[in-house]
Amino acid sequence: MNKKKLVLIGNGMAGINTIEHILKLGNERYDITIFGSEPHPNYNRILLSSVLAGNAEMDDIILNNWNWYEENNIRLYAGHTVNRIDTENKLVYTDTGVCEPYDELIIATGSVPFILPLPGADREGVIAFRDIKDCETMMEAAKRYKKAVVIGGGLLGLEAAKGLLNLNMEVAVVHISDYLMERQLDSTGSEMLRAELERQGMKFLLSRQTEEILGDDRVTGLRFKDGTSVEADLVVMAVGIRPSVQLARASDIEVNRGIVVNDYMETNRPHVYAVGECAEHQGIVYGLVAPLYEQGAVLAKRLCGVETAPYKGSVISTKLKVSGVDVFSAGEFMDGPDTRSIRIHDEWNGVYKKVLVRNNRIIGGVLFGDTNESSRLFQWIRNRAEMTPKIHASLLGLAAEGNGSGGADTVADLDNEEIICGCNGVSKGDIVSAIQEKGLTTVDEVKGCTGASRSCGGCKPLVTQLLGHALGDEFDSAGIQKEGICPCTPLTHDEVVAAIREKQLTHMREVMHVLEWNTEEGCSKCRPALNYYLGMVWPEAYADDRNSRFVNEKVHANIQKDGTYSVVPRMYGGVTSPEELRRIADVAEKYQVRMIKVTGGQRLDLLGVSKENLPQIWEELGMPSGYAYAKAVRTVKTCVGETFCRFGTQDSIQMGIDMEKKYERLNTPAKVKMAVSACPRNCAESGIKDLGIVGVDGGWEIFVGGNGGVNLRKGGLLCKVKTREEVLDITGAYLQYYRETGQYGERTSEWVERMGLEHIKRVVVDDKEGRKLLLQRIDIALAQLVDPWEEIVRDAGIRETMFEEIKASSL
Amino acid sequence: MKRYRIGPIESLPVQTGRVVYIENREIAVFRLSNGEVQAVENRCPHKGGPLAEGIVSGNYVFCPLHDRKINLKDGLVQKPDIGCVRTYPVELIEGTVILGIPVKEAAISG
Repeated sequence: MNKKKLVLIGNGMAGINTIEHILKLGNERYDITIFGSEPHPNYNRILLSSVLAGNAEMDDIILNNWNWYEENNIRLYAGHTVNRIDTENKLVYTDTGVCEPYDELIIATGSVPFILPLPGADREGVIAFRDIKDCETMMEAAKRYKKAVVIGGGLLGLEAAKGLLNLNMEVAVVHISDYLMERQLDSTGSEMLRAELERQGMKFLLSRQTEEILGDDRVTGLRFKDGTSVEADLVVMAVGIRPSVQLARASDIEVNRGIVVNDYMETNRPHVYAVGECAEHQGIVYGLVAPLYEQGAVLAKRLCGVETAPYKGSVISTKLKVSGVDVFSAGEFMDGPDTRSIRIHDEWNGVYKKVLVRNNRIIGGVLFGDTNESSRLFQWIRNRAEMTPKIHASLLGLAAEGNGSGGADTVADLDNEEIICGCNGVSKGDIVSAIQEKGLTTVDEVKGCTGASRSCGGCKPLVTQLLGHALGDEFDSAGIQKEGICPCTPLTHDEVVAAIREKQLTHMREVMHVLEWNTEEGCSKCRPALNYYLGMVWPEAYADDRNSRFVNEKVHANIQKDGTYSVVPRMYGGVTSPEELRRIADVAEKYQVRMIKVTGGQRLDLLGVSKENLPQIWEELGMPSGYAYAKAVRTVKTCVGETFCRFGTQDSIQMGIDMEKKYERLNTPAKVKMAVSACPRNCAESGIKDLGIVGVDGGWEIFVGGNGGVNLRKGGLLCKVKTREEVLDITGAYLQYYRETGQYGERTSEWVERMGLEHIKRVVVDDKEGRKLLLQRIDIALAQLVDPWEEIVRDAGIRETMFEEIKASSL
Repeated sequence: MKRYRIGPIESLPVQTGRVVYIENREIAVFRLSNGEVQAVENRCPHKGGPLAEGIVSGNYVFCPLHDRKINLKDGLVQKPDIGCVRTYPVELIEGTVILGIPVKEAAISG
């Protein structure tokens, strides 16, 4: 049978989602061709603000990479814009001269940013915020210019402003209304939002209407109707979007504000459909992702001849994606003569909740500061749930938290079609049948099986409720808190370590067998953890299993995104010498290292090294491994100290070198970074290290559990000591206690919070006998360690099997 | 099918992968704990991660870049992710590992 030709115009989220639905339905009908104007595969446009804010890389937001098109036999014309549709002869034409016939045609051209028709809007430095290119322009501008103005105080404008703020620009937001996000928030919520953003450094020019964009070639500022003005080197217009309908209009397809579609996403022309931001359904054009996905699901079924309920419009919700500000809004939120509201306004905690009710049905609401209940609230709004005393109590925080019966009742009321996980399009029915058919009992299992709660995690509470509802009495509510190491076992880290000790388990296979792992050889989560625990409990007897280590620890270098590696040799205390630098320079030239970079831990990183060159490079460097790749003691960062510094009260460099030499290579549950500063000015940043030392007159202060990374945390004062020996001992005891009680992957910042600083003080500082034993045990562990680079350089066998490719010969 | 001699089975360490280049293809060859040898394209369909460097468990490998789990027998990426990698037939003859490349394809890429 000849396949029909399906053509999609628009390589964005709405169109591709439709195609994904078609593929899921087992596509046998269609040869698929896609045209996209942007020279990129489909990416997550919503997350552009995260890229701008520095929370994600461009690569991270690609939803379907080039391979995806190839694997699904989809022909993609990226960078080709369709400029004509011949609906009579069923042909599309592009600006690049391609002509493609179709049997069925989907238009998903999305929308274009609305550019205010102001004098000067065409000046350099005036842009919109819509695609990857705009994002790149802003990032580039931030490097050279200082002052940014965003026109538009709506969702998109505020996200752009926050991103520019993160890029160290001075940011002012111009908004025509008195209130920010006035289409999603009432005045109270809006005021709170403004106060919070001002605290973060954003400036606001409200009730201003721009009259002219000033400047010669490049923008220099804005003038407003009231005669005032503001300087600007960059102007971002984020005043709204318009459906992109030119193509449809020129092709005689019915267009109102958007391309007019019926309940099956059909336009007035046969075999031509529209989905997404370019489509208008019952007078509404949607600009958010969830409705687009709902439309795509309906259209896919229609195209595949699968019976489907008609699309009946969507209830939409909005979440502002700005760090430090939690805002949620859905449905109606402005009080009217026929509405009543439940309101909680807690200025002390910065929390505001408002739920609007009409005829005793929940019709909308706003959450600010605490959006934990957003998924539940959204379900109530979608279902127009009746306001009950139970819901009322839970909104006021009077009901017991967690999986109370109130929650279970709510999920029980949902239709199976209801989407629980908006990110991945997983419905209640999908989750319930997975729970029943596959016997799932934890949120993690549901995540692994269905993908629900995998992206943003916002629907976790609902998934938990569904589990509770589906399993009834079997549901172990305590079990939610207790997370197993990985899907291979229900046992927790602590339970596994206890079993290794009590049952004297000494091999990985033995652990898996005795503790009844449900997989034969574990997985990438439990294998490295078990390898660590076995080595920690039996330092002398256990032979490290290289194959259970993550690639970086296996080849003793950091893998990079392109498959090359980086090499960081150890420089004790961050001190080097002309001779060492010369060797590094020679090696870098000889092996054409792509970049030499100074690391945060005061060392040098040689980037872009191919794997087979690693052993030679190590040999020629003649320096030990810096362990920059391992869950182990990494570096001890130091300040200059009393040797040179006029403020230094202690020899911080020597202390750092001594600590690093003593504890280098030590395996720990997660990486350990240390620092020594010679005075409270703290130039080595000891306050945000796993263990940080601060020299004071006549002694040293020891801080623990600090973190400068994901979980930014200030270290707590463990104790104050007088001598070098005491510093080394307290450090050793602390490290060993962390090694013995920390969970694999748990940084000290989390560990200190879990155990409590006072408890750690008692064990490490107060209990002198206990400290002695901890130090004895750490000495045994340290005695086993050798420099891995040297070991590999000397072992031709490992070099061959681990670092060299196989030479095949033809038969 | 064009056949290539990879070498003695001992040249492949158990539970890990090694890379071989044949006709401009980069192929990862794995010796599993049960003695079987499997070969797949050394490129994760997600972001091109080098699969030979991944942790091998049973007949699965976990991509070292973003932990996609891939069945080495049929090349299928495991749920909830999707995609697949090309697999290549492997024979074990008297302790020697032989890898096959389909001829038609060999001609195209060569």
